[in-house]
Amino acid sequence: MATYHLTTPLSEEDVRKLKAGDVVYLSGTLYTARDAAHKRLVELIEKGEDLPFELEGSVIYFVGPTPPKPGEPIGSAGPTTSYRMDSYSPTLIKHGSRGMIGKGKRNQAVKDACVKYGAIYFGATGGAGALLGKKIKSAEVIAYPELGPEAIRKIEVEDFPVTVINDTYGNDLYEMGRAQFEVKE
Amino acid sequence: MREVQYQDIVTAVKNLILTTATNLPEDTIKALEKAYEEEKSDVAREVIKQLLENAKIAREEKRPLCQDTGLAVFFVKLGQDVRVVGGNIKDAINEGTELGYKEGYLRASTCNCFTRANLKDTVGYNLPAIIHFDIVEGDKIEIEYAAKGGGSENVSRAKVLPPAAGKQGIIEFVKEVISDAGGNPCPPITVGVGIGGTFEKAAISSKHALFRDVGTRNPDPELDALEQEILEEVNKLGIGAMGMGGTKTALAVHIEANPCHIASLPVSVNVQCHSSRHNHITI
Repeated sequence: MATYHLTTPLSEEDVRKLKAGDVVYLSGTLYTARDAAHKRLVELIEKGEDLPFELEGSVIYFVGPTPPKPGEPIGSAGPTTSYRMDSYSPTLIKHGSRGMIGKGKRNQAVKDACVKYGAIYFGATGGAGALLGKKIKSAEVIAYPELGPEAIRKIEVEDFPVTVINDTYGNDLYEMGRAQFEVKE
Repeated sequence: MREVQYQDIVTAVKNLILTTATNLPEDTIKALEKAYEEEKSDVAREVIKQLLENAKIAREEKRPLCQDTGLAVFFVKLGQDVRVVGGNIKDAINEGTELGYKEGYLRASTCNCFTRANLKDTVGYNLPAIIHFDIVEGDKIEIEYAAKGGGSENVSRAKVLPPAAGKQGIIEFVKEVISDAGGNPCPPITVGVGIGGTFEKAAISSKHALFRDVGTRNPDPELDALEQEILEEVNKLGIGAMGMGGTKTALAVHIEANPCHIASLPVSVNVQCHSSRHNHITI
């Protein structure tokens, strides 16, 4: 299992070299979105309209942060559970997104899209919101402010620690890890 | 009859919420440190190390431990010889909740269940709180509080088993719930199990079981043995910290049991993530 430092936007070459279990420190721009924002993004794609950010090479972070204290860019900001985005992610991957950051398992359609189009599902440590929030250097709401914590934010991160869960070869770290440690009777 | 001022309850609840959001309780820190020592997977150990570092940052810099600062859940034991002056206790707890969540820059996570619209500007900031009352002897008010996140709540389940299922049926059901949950509820988890009573009594018992300090033993030897047996079974699943594989899927199993109907064996499993933010005060 290797360690990489990558800067967004990610290229197909960047993601094809990653394997489940690799540790990656991401720097650059991430976009935050949860269920409600995903629904709107997919509706825009279906209508052929412009998105609020460039999807090509983008990494989307599934997070609904706490409000920032005065003078800080963002509050605590750990990942939310990813399966709620399963019905939307394949469309975004098909249209150029190269990465997602969340926690918890994805369905087969998402894993298949990662293989077919070249994208990675990264896991960040759930519940490490204070630690992860500190890796975010700036944050700006760029769409859907009415969604509150669920608005789309453009955030700049430095060495944001993630682990590759689903790679472009169909591997799944959750299945691999569990198979290694499960005690069968 | 002893009198307690409405405003004193508001302030106490507010402070309880502020402290709990940024300070992982000592019992949970100890349990995570023990898990770090005992865990066999290097990947899972790295996750637990991050969790302990996160707790340190949260405490020192007064940052919320997790962005999911939860719904505010309370168990209140109201002494029958105490009277609240200047308002009622339910309003006081809700008001303290709103103030605490606002002042601590915590997340407002309550929404309308159909439209999903956030309730912060209509009903109140992270309101309503979930409050369970009990009337007890004495002139004190005991308030137990937990910030309960959504991820671990989403995998929780209740079922009424046939009495013939017995203890084995209970063990199988808990294993099934935790196995299906995988890494979603942010392991290492605490597993609250409510047994007996009625359908809703089992669920409330499973919630209250999570308020017990991790590392304390059940005073009932039969339940204590069942807790240890289930813990061992759950940790055989191999899920590990954040589901990345490992030997420490759960830190503890806590059971609360009740008498039940001759026809039923209700069981509820309420899962608590590793960020077990719980605390209590007595007024």
